[in-house]
Amino acid sequence: MPIAFRVNGELVSTDVAPETPLVWVLREHLKLSGTKISCGTGVCGACTVHLDGDAVRSCVLPVAAVADKTVTTIEGLSADGSHPLQVAWVAEQVPQCGYCQSGQIMQAATLLSSNDAPTRDDIVQHMDGNLCRCGTYSRIIRAIERASKEGEQ
Amino acid sequence: MRLPAELRFSRRSVLKVGAGLTFAIAAGACGVRVPGEPGSDQATESAIGAWVRVSTDGSIVIYNPAAEMGQGSMTALPVIVAEEMDADWSRVRVEFSPIEPEVYGWIPWGNTNSMLTVASHTVRGYFPKLRIAGAQIRKVLLDSVADLWNVPVGELTTEPSTVVHSASGRRISYGEIAEFAKVPAQMPSVDESQLKSPARFRIIGHAVPRNDIPAKVDGSAEFAIDVQVPGMLYGMITRSPVHNGQPLSYNESEVRAMDGIVATVGLEHGIGIIAESVEAAFKARTALSVEWAKGTQAEDFDSDVSLVEYAGIPGSGQVEAKPIVQKGNVSAAFSVAARRYESDFLADHVYHAQMEPLNAVVSVSAAGDSAEAWVGTQATARAKSAIAQTLGIDFNRVDFHPCYLGGGFGRRANIDYVVEATHLSNAVRRPVKLIWSREDDLQYGQYRPMNLQRLRAAVDSNGNITAWEHCVVGDGGGLLTSGIKIPFYDFPSQNIESCSVSNGIRLRHWRSVGHGFNKFAVEAFIDEIASDLGADPYQFRRTLLLNSPRALNVLDAVAILADWESKTPEGHAKGIAFAEQGGSLAAGVAEISVDELSGKIRVHRFWCAVDGGIIVQPDNSEAQVEGGVVMGLSSALFERISLTNGLVQQSNFHDYRIMRMSETPEITVAFVKSEEQPSGLGEIGVPITAGAVASAFAALTGSRLRHLPFTADRVRASMLG
Repeated sequence: MPIAFRVNGELVSTDVAPETPLVWVLREHLKLSGTKISCGTGVCGACTVHLDGDAVRSCVLPVAAVADKTVTTIEGLSADGSHPLQVAWVAEQVPQCGYCQSGQIMQAATLLSSNDAPTRDDIVQHMDGNLCRCGTYSRIIRAIERASKEGEQ
Repeated sequence: MRLPAELRFSRRSVLKVGAGLTFAIAAGACGVRVPGEPGSDQATESAIGAWVRVSTDGSIVIYNPAAEMGQGSMTALPVIVAEEMDADWSRVRVEFSPIEPEVYGWIPWGNTNSMLTVASHTVRGYFPKLRIAGAQIRKVLLDSVADLWNVPVGELTTEPSTVVHSASGRRISYGEIAEFAKVPAQMPSVDESQLKSPARFRIIGHAVPRNDIPAKVDGSAEFAIDVQVPGMLYGMITRSPVHNGQPLSYNESEVRAMDGIVATVGLEHGIGIIAESVEAAFKARTALSVEWAKGTQAEDFDSDVSLVEYAGIPGSGQVEAKPIVQKGNVSAAFSVAARRYESDFLADHVYHAQMEPLNAVVSVSAAGDSAEAWVGTQATARAKSAIAQTLGIDFNRVDFHPCYLGGGFGRRANIDYVVEATHLSNAVRRPVKLIWSREDDLQYGQYRPMNLQRLRAAVDSNGNITAWEHCVVGDGGGLLTSGIKIPFYDFPSQNIESCSVSNGIRLRHWRSVGHGFNKFAVEAFIDEIASDLGADPYQFRRTLLLNSPRALNVLDAVAILADWESKTPEGHAKGIAFAEQGGSLAAGVAEISVDELSGKIRVHRFWCAVDGGIIVQPDNSEAQVEGGVVMGLSSALFERISLTNGLVQQSNFHDYRIMRMSETPEITVAFVKSEEQPSGLGEIGVPITAGAVASAFAALTGSRLRHLPFTADRVRASMLG
């Protein structure tokens, strides 16, 4: 029984086993490789996508759980890299290796959608589950602050 | 050797497009030779390769020969060429160079060219060569215009991508020059005196955004794990739970009968599964049951027990000590010393934890006589060579596509995963994407080796250190000894040595290698001596570094930056450390507090001053040092791999803790002004961290931390005395 859901505005369906983690369906079946796999256990945040607007870890989410729902990946956050967070990420030169950054940005986007003027503590609390081995944390904070300020104008 | 057409220029497609000038740099020297046009026999000469192409539309392509693992080589190296050739940076596009070490390599050790992105060496290794090359290209452009306009070349100057004749007001763009100019058979020679003075740099030392970043914020940057090619299969490997163990047997027929399984492959150290889909590979691996051979060296290894045993080794004669530095008469100095000190420092194994798990895509041709590979590796040439060797084919029969690395930190300088992927693909003669799970990556990791360090010092009645002894004990050879020398602490007698043991655990370079634990021990021990002598740790180091102006400079700079003399908030304390690595010098100050109940150390602020010579990319350099500080603090506070009965006790990020955002201090990085050649910045942030935290901890609590990492248990134990 195929599982149908919406990804970045497109209706898709997959016939993989229902327990298959969403991350693999996105990456290997739908070729949306911007969503990364890192821990596979939901503890690092690299695979973060939006499910009906909420940040979720796609490596521990069975694809069956997204049936008839709406998934947004980094490829769908904006058409052309123009989301305020993406612009701020470039302005602050956040990424180093870049591997965790799709997840970071997707996680941050759900903060700004519910809180347009987060404090530094709000940011840290919201982002603390997303690991970055290159140590870009301070730039991530700066980029989120920048995006939220520019959103005010 | 003539190559088949499909392999010949696969990475040089840019050369086929449009007219223009292609500048190639011959092997070894900095001279530049003319490459043949694509497709001609001359271009197959291995000693020639394109570095720069100026197209008639003014666009410029510069090749990057180094791996891009987040350290910024994709921008830093082309910046150097562009600076000297006076290119308009906005018109520069960067591509990975072909993997031809004779052409694109540097000479790390010995006299063989290599393409290795290691040891904080990329910028400093290529800087002189690329500057000369850029200047030679500029000279060709100038000479061409001098001929065209019939003016003395000395009357011509350049502005970004433009040659200018001020006397007549004429200007011509590099793109226009590319329409008529020829690259001479013999490139003009340029010596160092003809290079730009740093004061005239327009790109070097200025804010140049990294060109890999836009693709890293929209998901389009391609890592090897993202690659898909037609007909691709998925590979996973169950490796021996005891490092270097071998499989005896496995439930082959059961696994092969599973849905979507194409093949199983017996390997020396494990069993490979090849599947039609990634989910089928994962599922089969769960069902795979392997019996492992007994008798593997590490099968009884218990890291905590061994580490305790290490303490019996120095001076015992059990293991022959290998001298590293022997200077003056240490025993004489000890015999007349006013004070004598001795401390043991310990460090546990540490894991790389790069965010992209190891993986590779390899496609061996049906006939097995060529291969194509997509790999993120720090050792591109070694990886390409390993594929060729595994298949028994010529190096040039491998079409190698370097991909971005989702972190390297030394782990991706080994190519074990590339060899594995080659074996899997060769078994089915189809493209295979080998994926390591996080658990695979962690448990079959290659760790920074655990070690014990015994330090002894003699101090005379004037408070001068007269003798210094340092013995490091552990497995890992050179991994243990990097950073054990103290070139800036000129103690008159020194005995520095290592004692090697063998545990059978896989070990590897880890960002800053031995500097991470050796500089910790050195700095923490100096701190103990300073404290016993009643000296301020900063002032004490000042006296030790008085004859080393560059070292003193960074030490003073960090003291100013951190306002060392100022009072810290109640419950906080500062500590300081100094280190040198990769030609760079750095000093760091940590401000910490300790939760006495939980034993948790909190680092609130970290300041560091760095002398890295000429800073090619200031913003990125700051990011590199900051990243080094975070990784150093993370390893100092949290990171520990332990083994019991040869089995790695950690498996994923839940029990192998790396630093989180909430634990990251506010970090301030300052570079001291310098016109020295650039030196390494990728690692220098690491070795100044643990010593500074230990120093701050002692200032705060009066207790000493001597075992990395400073876990909460150890902190509490230390405070209880």
